Amino acid sequence: MSKMISAQGKRQEDLLILLEEAQNKLGYLPKEFMTELAKSLDMSVSDVYGVATFYSFLATKPRGRNVIRVCRSLPCFLKNSQTIIESIEREIGIKPSETTPDGKFSFELTNCIGACDKAPAMMSNNDVYGDLTPRKISQILKACE
Amino acid sequence: MPQKRIVLRNCEVIDPKRITTFLATDGFKALKKAWDEMTQEEVIEEIKASGLRGRGGAGFPCGLKWDLARKAPGDEKYVICNADEGEVGTFKDRYVLENDPFTLIEGIAIAAYAVGAKQGYIYLRAEYHYLLDLLTKAIGQTRERGFLHHLDIDMYEGAGAYVCGEESALMDSIEGKRGEVRYRPPFPPTQGLRGKPTIINNVETLMNIPQIILNGARWFNQIGTERSKGTKVFSVSGDVKKPGVYELVLGSHLKELVEGLALAEKVKMVQVGGATGRIIPYEMIDTPLAFENILGAGAVTVFDESRDVIDVVYRTMEFLAEESCGKCSPCREGTEVMAETLERFSKGEGTERDIITLEQLSQAMMLSSLCGLGQAAPTPVTDSLQYFRDDYESRIKQKQGGTVR
Repeated sequence: MSKMISAQGKRQEDLLILLEEAQNKLGYLPKEFMTELAKSLDMSVSDVYGVATFYSFLATKPRGRNVIRVCRSLPCFLKNSQTIIESIEREIGIKPSETTPDGKFSFELTNCIGACDKAPAMMSNNDVYGDLTPRKISQILKACE
Repeated sequence: MPQKRIVLRNCEVIDPKRITTFLATDGFKALKKAWDEMTQEEVIEEIKASGLRGRGGAGFPCGLKWDLARKAPGDEKYVICNADEGEVGTFKDRYVLENDPFTLIEGIAIAAYAVGAKQGYIYLRAEYHYLLDLLTKAIGQTRERGFLHHLDIDMYEGAGAYVCGEESALMDSIEGKRGEVRYRPPFPPTQGLRGKPTIINNVETLMNIPQIILNGARWFNQIGTERSKGTKVFSVSGDVKKPGVYELVLGSHLKELVEGLALAEKVKMVQVGGATGRIIPYEMIDTPLAFENILGAGAVTVFDESRDVIDVVYRTMEFLAEESCGKCSPCREGTEVMAETLERFSKGEGTERDIITLEQLSQAMMLSSLCGLGQAAPTPVTDSLQYFRDDYESRIKQKQGGTVR
């Protein structure tokens, strides 16, 4: 794993960037990776773990290939985000904070993503989708690989 | 009431992917003027005289901040653009980044010239990752044209943390740490990123800089009120027919924005300033939008008569409890206790004692929290207790014989 993400010549200040890179390549941050990274940056494992668990876009448990994040904040709630959440539950068969058994989807509720003018909104990986309807949800999810 | 598009003047006019379209609308003329005709001190005097205050919510005088950084000793100085925009109901910075990254880059370049910084960062929230390519290319085109010979501008991505919109937590995040708030003093202009003089400005604040340099402070002074100069970009959402971004002269009334432009009807209350913002009941809809009245970063979320006040305040507090960085006890513990108390009210299980707890806790958090999150977290509670106390009273659990505990 350390061959995939080289911490050579990196400083402690690069920790968040290195974690983000690893997250992109591995899908999450395995314990073994964080332990090795701590050693190569001359930091304690708990400090590395502390950063990894602080940020909501970093995961310390395996996630699906596609991460679906639905906004649960007030502006989206006012535009029926609850219907969207139920729609997704029906389409992929899992509840928020779960991952499908085949590893295709993880489903999360997230806080305001700044798309309130197009509420209700969600993210599928790095893409933002707004003005959601159950039919649009279906199309978006079917297009995921 | 018509909009006055100063910050937004290029949005949906130029092509954000092509610098040539920006150059055709006076692009980089302000930067050239600053370089060729003005000293650092003169640039800062102009910004001071304009009365420009921060547009990210705190409203600190921009010129003063730059002056402190310029005067701080040292050669290593930083300019950071705060594009973390996590306040609930705020999307005005997103709109600007999507449509006119060049004005922002020009603003950063002028700021760097003024304070003597050679390194700039744009801290972009993780949720805006899809804008990373656009911004990186805009910086590249600017460099190719020779406008960044005095400065490197690098993108830095967040990883999902509302508190990293707070300037000191943001700096800790750039340093690869948990986004925890710092004790102040020292303040960033003297000791900021990596302990060096640093200015952190909101996207919208920097968007104002080129026009002020080109048109002069006096021009800017004539717009707005005595203590709130210029315009403000508002993000309107919720129970409105026309959600979106609107730019108004400061001092305009909330009614003009919410009913006049966004076409809201049957309004019960408006949350102005996001999760840590004010809750304005409809009777006060004529309130001016200005620093001396009610403002924040410009998030305006409208709730109609069907909405439940307690539910709104509860959800707001849940958000704040989750996003608290956890460093200081008043906020870390206080937001949790408030959220738990409000949950009970939302189920009709509140007590009289709870209201006293909320009031006392509000005082403690406002006085002793380390940053604006904890200091302003009680605001929705204190406002709703003031304007919608009946909603709380009616949720107090009745004991035997109807006696209130």
